[in-house]
Amino acid sequence: MGIRNPRDFWAGAIYLALAAAVIWIARDYQTGSTARMGPGYFPTALGSILALFGAVSVGRSFLKPGAPIEPIAWKPLALVLGSTVLFGVLLDRLGLLVALPCLIVVSSLASRYTRPDLTSFAALFGLVAFCILVFVRGLGVPMPVIGPWLGG
Amino acid sequence: MDVLANLALGFQTAMSLSNLFYCLVGVFLGTAVGVLPGIGPIATIAMLLPITFGLPPVSALIMLSGIYYGAQYGGSTTAILINLPGESSSVVTALDGYKMARQGRAGLALATAAIGSFIAGSAATVLVALFAPPLAELALRFGPAEYFSLMVLGLVASIVLASGSLLHALAMVVVGLTLGLVGTDVNSGVARYSMGLPQLADGIGFVVIAMGMFGLAEIIANLEDESQRSAIIKSVTGLMPSREDWKRILGPIARGTVLGSALGILPGGGALLASFASYSVEKKLSKTPEQFGNGAIEGVAGPESANNAGAQTSFIPMLTLGIPANPVMALMIGALMIQGIQPGPGIITEQATLFWGVVVSMWIGNVFLLILNLPLIGLWVRMIAVPYHLLFPAIMVFCAIGVFSLSNTTFDVYLMALFGLLGYVFRKLGCEPTPLLLGFVLGPPMEEFLRRALVLSEGQASVLVTEPLSAGLLAVAAVLLATVLLPSIRKKREETFVAED
Repeated sequence: MGIRNPRDFWAGAIYLALAAAVIWIARDYQTGSTARMGPGYFPTALGSILALFGAVSVGRSFLKPGAPIEPIAWKPLALVLGSTVLFGVLLDRLGLLVALPCLIVVSSLASRYTRPDLTSFAALFGLVAFCILVFVRGLGVPMPVIGPWLGG
Repeated sequence: MDVLANLALGFQTAMSLSNLFYCLVGVFLGTAVGVLPGIGPIATIAMLLPITFGLPPVSALIMLSGIYYGAQYGGSTTAILINLPGESSSVVTALDGYKMARQGRAGLALATAAIGSFIAGSAATVLVALFAPPLAELALRFGPAEYFSLMVLGLVASIVLASGSLLHALAMVVVGLTLGLVGTDVNSGVARYSMGLPQLADGIGFVVIAMGMFGLAEIIANLEDESQRSAIIKSVTGLMPSREDWKRILGPIARGTVLGSALGILPGGGALLASFASYSVEKKLSKTPEQFGNGAIEGVAGPESANNAGAQTSFIPMLTLGIPANPVMALMIGALMIQGIQPGPGIITEQATLFWGVVVSMWIGNVFLLILNLPLIGLWVRMIAVPYHLLFPAIMVFCAIGVFSLSNTTFDVYLMALFGLLGYVFRKLGCEPTPLLLGFVLGPPMEEFLRRALVLSEGQASVLVTEPLSAGLLAVAAVLLATVLLPSIRKKREETFVAED
């Protein structure tokens, strides 16, 4: 007997894993009594409900057929998330003036229509200038424009 | 008249020059971002939320409401002009609106949507003014048990009205509730699930989850299938409806307003359900049902009115009970809490200026929407034409800076990336992220009310069903859930949401 509904199976697996983590960590918290609930009571209850849903979902995946999981778009996934993380790393160290262009350039590689043409570069410069003017100068968000590694 | 005195107070607040300005800016920005294809109202509000942090609470909420209507109207514009509905409730508008645009009647469709939204919004504002205070008074008598049951009902209703698999919707609510556990427990002071990270001691930021799961995950999904959109419409003319058109749209607008106002109060997809219901009502009532789907003006007027009326009345449960009827309202609650205001029944009496100012500004926002949008349609058309590959890096920049500015730490940027991944995975598995968001917002108050209820009843869990009001609320929730599980209704529900796709 195989998995007939991969979506149900994997969603259920995620619920089960999450439920296990929730309940496992909650062991360190006092459960208390129903009248005086400790910090562990509600989490354990939620974890158990989630585990139940997970079990039903996994169980159902062997019984009822369903649509396959559509292929994952690895390139946009990696570039969009990667550029976001990169922005965070660079912002603290090199500052906004480096982090922003990196975020924009790396993320835009995710689209197949991106071209290194004049429009793109104009948009890049415009966006960076806009952010520094509006967010740092205007709204006073405390982001280093030039980071500590560059002597900012 | 009490209501009149209150409305006068509201006008005083909302008509102050600065609040008028914030309302106008909100409506403008909301529309400007909302017309951009691929950005729904949730992402729009989450992205623009940080701008309002520095404002006083009244101005912030007025601006956010303006952003909300603007984003909704912007979504309809996109739906009509390029058949790309930014959110589920404009799906219906796209059916006939886009056909009208292809027949060269884009201007008329847009004007109809604007006029319908304005009339519906004005009527719904009066309803909010009339019904919110008595509801809040009723809610003031609620004990913790009633509140807990009310929240259960809210979550169940939102699942029933949402699309997709019931099991996964339920599970997503619980996942949301679980995420809400992270942070310091108010009763014991224990930092739960914070992994020893001080940044998690105050819990996960609502905006971080919203931007990750709706902002980033949406971008990844959009990049998956990058077919070039064709913005055929270069200029829009012929805005004003003729006398003949007026005759055709007034009925649908009136019926849509009634439907939308009633359904908007319901938790979950109130506005979505309203626009679907209005469309099918108009089709049934029409003498020429075959025109529907081929550019029937009634098919734009009715759903658009219903949609906007629902958007307006969904403020009622948010402002009076502190319960979000949809993710946008959940964002509003988040914004209020950042401002130090706990939404709930006390808000009308304790924050009278805020409440009535916001109610009146809803109407003013609708006036702005009307006078701003018709002359600016040319600008919106040009914004729609901006290609996505230039657009999405900018969205990411605003998400990243917006999330950073929440508590000025890059930790939230990393967390947003994590939720972007989670949101994408859940999408692939057919799990809607909306119930998760509602669960996340309602989790902490639910736990708190449950604890209090059980302290008062000395541990008798039966208090939830022996208190008549609480029992009634739970019974409604149970009936709702049971009806969805009935095979015949289940099939009908699936059909409805298939039609939506």
